[in-house]
Amino acid sequence: MSAEAVAHEHHEGPARGLMRWITTTNHKDIGTLYLWTSFIMFLVGGVLALLIRSELFHPGLQIMEPEFFNQLTTMHGLIMIFGAIMPAFVGLGNWMIPMMVGAPDMALPRLNNWSFWILPFAFLILLSTLFMPGGAPAMGWTMYAPQVLQTGDAFPFMVFAIHLMGISSILGAINIIATILNLRAPGMTLMKMPLFVWAWLITAYLLIAVMPVLAGAVTMLLTDKFFGTSFFNAAGGGDPVMYQHIFWFFGHPEVYIMILPAFGIISHIIPTFSRKPLFGRASMIYALSAIAFLSFIVWAHHMFTVGMPLTAEMFFMFSTMLIAVPTGVKIFNWVATMWRGSLSFETPMLFAVAFVVLFTIGGFSGLMLAVTPADFQYQDSYFVVAHFHYVLVTGAAFAIMAGVYFWLPKWTGHMYDERLGKWHFWLSVIFVNVLFFPMHFVGLAGMPRRIPDYAVQFTLFNEISTIGAFGFGMSQLIFLYTVVKCVRGGAKAPAKTWDGADGLEWELPSPPPYHSFTTPPEVS
Amino acid sequence: MASAATTKQNEGYYVPHGSRWPFTAAIGLFLFMVGFGTLLNGVSAGPWLMAAGGAVIIFMLFGWFGTVVAENLSGLYNAQVDKSFRWGMTWFIFSEVMFFGAFFGALFYTRGGAVPALGGATLTHTYLWPHFAATWPTNGPGNIGGDFEGMTAWGVAAINTAILLTSSWTVTVAHHAIKDAKRGRTVVWLGLTVLLGLSFLCLQGREYHDAYTHLNMTLHSGIYGSTFFMLTGFHGLHVTLGTIMLITMLVRAARGHFTPDNHFAFEAVSWYWHFVDVVWLCLFIFVYIM
Amino acid sequence: MSTIRLGGVGRAVAGMMMLVTGSAFAAPQFNMPYGVTNVSHDIYDLHMMMLWICVAIGVVVYGVMAWSIIRHRKSKGAVPAQFHESTTVEIIWTIIPFLILLGAAIPSSIVLIKTYHTGNPKMVVKITGYQWMWHYSYPDQKIAFYSKLAQSSEDARELGSKVNVFKVPHYLRNVDHPLVLPIHTRVKFLITSKDVIHSWWVPDLGIKKDAIPGYINTDWTNINKPGVYRGQCAELCGRGHAYMPIVVRAVTRAKFKQWVAKEQQKPQQHMLKRTED
Ligand code: HEA
Ligand code: HEA
Ligand code: CUA
Ligand SMILES: [Cu+2]
Repeated sequence: MSAEAVAHEHHEGPARGLMRWITTTNHKDIGTLYLWTSFIMFLVGGVLALLIRSELFHPGLQIMEPEFFNQLTTMHGLIMIFGAIMPAFVGLGNWMIPMMVGAPDMALPRLNNWSFWILPFAFLILLSTLFMPGGAPAMGWTMYAPQVLQTGDAFPFMVFAIHLMGISSILGAINIIATILNLRAPGMTLMKMPLFVWAWLITAYLLIAVMPVLAGAVTMLLTDKFFGTSFFNAAGGGDPVMYQHIFWFFGHPEVYIMILPAFGIISHIIPTFSRKPLFGRASMIYALSAIAFLSFIVWAHHMFTVGMPLTAEMFFMFSTMLIAVPTGVKIFNWVATMWRGSLSFETPMLFAVAFVVLFTIGGFSGLMLAVTPADFQYQDSYFVVAHFHYVLVTGAAFAIMAGVYFWLPKWTGHMYDERLGKWHFWLSVIFVNVLFFPMHFVGLAGMPRRIPDYAVQFTLFNEISTIGAFGFGMSQLIFLYTVVKCVRGGAKAPAKTWDGADGLEWELPSPPPYHSFTTPPEVS
Repeated sequence: MASAATTKQNEGYYVPHGSRWPFTAAIGLFLFMVGFGTLLNGVSAGPWLMAAGGAVIIFMLFGWFGTVVAENLSGLYNAQVDKSFRWGMTWFIFSEVMFFGAFFGALFYTRGGAVPALGGATLTHTYLWPHFAATWPTNGPGNIGGDFEGMTAWGVAAINTAILLTSSWTVTVAHHAIKDAKRGRTVVWLGLTVLLGLSFLCLQGREYHDAYTHLNMTLHSGIYGSTFFMLTGFHGLHVTLGTIMLITMLVRAARGHFTPDNHFAFEAVSWYWHFVDVVWLCLFIFVYIM
Repeated sequence: MSTIRLGGVGRAVAGMMMLVTGSAFAAPQFNMPYGVTNVSHDIYDLHMMMLWICVAIGVVVYGVMAWSIIRHRKSKGAVPAQFHESTTVEIIWTIIPFLILLGAAIPSSIVLIKTYHTGNPKMVVKITGYQWMWHYSYPDQKIAFYSKLAQSSEDARELGSKVNVFKVPHYLRNVDHPLVLPIHTRVKFLITSKDVIHSWWVPDLGIKKDAIPGYINTDWTNINKPGVYRGQCAELCGRGHAYMPIVVRAVTRAKFKQWVAKEQQKPQQHMLKRTED
């Protein structure tokens, strides 16, 4: 009860102690909770990845049984996607959106708390499956039927963990939409909205459109296993491939859910450190919308080898290739923003530049995958693994790191240690390529993904990858240290931390007051 | 009151202080789902955990909504808050539509793709299921669940369609009554809506009973049974929820909570009810008639 | 629960040493195999075409970026220009990539149509996936057999086996009973599965097709060169997913006839009956 009393005295500030975090309705507190959760999950998922890489260091089983390897792959994928990348973006959105649109807080603050607190429980359930009879789910993050029905006791818990994550994402997305549509400062028209806010608005729509579909898909798995339905069973008139259609109708928009907010972040950082306004603002917004629209009609490019009719294969090939056009527009606009700017390379900018370069590599391999006949060779090989780690790690994760360095002074009121930031960047960027680039080669040479053991001709590149993985993992410890150090103290950060920065969030002091804008600012 | 002070400070925009309810809700959900999972794995503690989770959730609902209602009645909300609630409800309903979309997708896919492939002029048919002819309703080439009869549209389902359509109308009449500040009329028409909702549920129960006892049409009846019971079942669940929400609104209306220009809770429930109605129409067309 | 043994790391390090000293080690392959069928050649060409398109675009984009990074630095006193939009430019860099993609889509579609055109097969092979092996049957020749991971690999693959996998012939890529096919013959495959989804992948033939339980997928090949072509299952199918390789032995038509005659003498391994049949 003492926490309440404190709150009564300074209704400005937060309650103290644990109750502050459990009961908070404040967008900054909740943003912080999301960000730390995401970082912890990144470490957990990363440790699983290191176990995977240790097993793959050398042909022949090294340290674990194949069942356990498959569980690691599955949990790594699920945790990185639902635990590390998505919550990180929600955390950044929570922190920045109210400040960027000039609002005191999110539109539905209690709902915001709920969205967050569902997540730790979801991951508690998911991680606990590792200790159940039969082990964790082992069919990859895609959970294809009918193989996934062979999961042991973990099965219903996997499904319910997904349900919880889905509820959390949907509620979070609804809140973000309501905030953006309803709480903008007077004068901030939609086209004047900062790009991160735009990116999140579109992402939120993707979320409410596809998370329920995933929930439906896993519900059908559940009833097929426990209640005798035949959705994915040919003998009953169902079809295992139908699961894949439903899953990827969710799954492809999902991958853009993990990249659109990244595009938003990069669209703030590059202009700031180029000291020049973003080139082609309007076309950036149109491109985001076009990507989001197209993301709904390309799903079957994950299923080129399931034996679809020719016309379907053609359609999905063309629609997939088309996504390169709006994505290209974004890349070109960023490059044009840098062109004839006045560039400086603080850590956020370093990560942003690396993002543009390396995401593009991942995009290029994506485009190669889109070519249906060629995908017959790439599908389910390490070439795909290379593709998606370039877009996810050097894409999404690098953008998150860039955003954290960019806004950390705003959040904490302290400058981070630039020298450590640079170390983190350079080690990361070198090792991440050592880690993922060789995967292109083994993939093309014929190494399938999701195997614990491989033919000896793949040895060399796997060894290199593993070395890169440990290097990259260790480099993240510098990140952890730099962030903690910055939270605890450091040089005082001015309200406008970066001389090229622009936007409402930079008009608030660093750190900003507990309720960001108590009176709505005017936007001209 | 601390919250009143916050209100002034934010120039009318109400930012609530910390609340225990969302965390309670998370715990309730957690217990419920862990309980359900344990139950499915055949552990006897499962139902107890589920019940505990359910109790926490019900407790939470009273607490959370109680707080919101009290805040609303004490005039803490303004037009902007009202609008946030509206956006929230709108997009929540949209996400529900997408959830049903997944199951409708499964129905269209199996009827349009899977069943014809299993029983048409295909290699799948020739090599694997030569004795199966593509028809609808079907329980697949494995005759899963044994011979059965499909559900007719022009019995209970048609009556239920009429009931739900009528209830959509009665709830609208109730809405007009609120706008005219006619409390008695509101209660009558809302009460009628609740009754219609309940009779829908009773009839659906009868229909299910019939299917299981006379038609041998069950959840196990291959893809027909799967899609039929999952679609109508989830819809029935939504009708149940909707009816409970309507009953709550009935109580609140009787207590005079709604004024002609402040009755969003009622509107939200009526949107939800219309949504349930539209889903039913799609069900009636695609599951029953076609 | 599965077990983790850390002793394996020691062996991994030992293996690394062996690598450095260069013993028993196949030269690593960087690229997609060119293969031995017209389809695999076409796919390879498409792959290289896409690769070079990407490289070319990459050179332009990264070139411009590098120029800015080097020349337009604040530390070199660069003063920011203030331009920030141009509809013309936006249209140009929408149209040009679109045209490039159109150019790439045409040959891709042609190859795709070719792979879907089964034509007039001279021979049919039915391929069935199992956890964890393949079953092949030649309905016209009345030959049927299972194809499993070779015993030498089987012995070496266990956790803690003391076998040096580099010494095992074609470790994990060898079977007891390869699929034998004649060259210069259009062969049609009927692919299915008896349990979960598998995927039949032989890179040198340019084929990967999922084996779906309860459904038949078709594909075809026409091999140009005799030889042994190895691949493996390409859809996660549980614990043994890494251990169901595919070996295709392509022989001349004459040799194939001899093989058929010999094979027909043996008892045939027909498919296990399962309840849903
Ligand atoms: C952030 C996540 C993300 C993003 C952004 C993308 C982006 C793209 N992806 Fe990727 N993808 C994944 C995550 C992502 N992907 C994941 C996780 C999987 C595996 C899932 C699993 O099976 O587990 C996958 C798998 C995957 C497949 C299936 C492979 C297989 O299993 O066989 C395909 C096939 O088409 C594909 C295509 C593409 C394409 C065309 C893009 C495009 O959006 C890329 C567009 C970008 C560019 C092209 C670069 C920049 C553009 C220019 C510089 C303009 C000019 C360029 C040209 C005209 C060439 N992806
Ligand atoms: C979404 C984001 C994401 C991220 C960030 C990553 C990050 C990494 N991934 Fe992951 N990955 C996926 C998404 C992601 N991955 C997905 C979706 C799949 C597909 C799953 C499936 O097939 O179903 C996959 C699959 C996948 C595979 C293929 C597995 C298989 O097919 O069997 C591999 C193999 O190397 C791999 C490796 C790695 C590595 C080494 C990292 C590294 O970047 C991780 C680096 C981070 C750390 C290492 C943690 C921080 C460091 C410490 C905690 C240090 C302390 C400890 C020690 C060093 C001992 N990933
Ligand atoms: Cu069979 Cu993987
Ligand atoms: Cu995709």
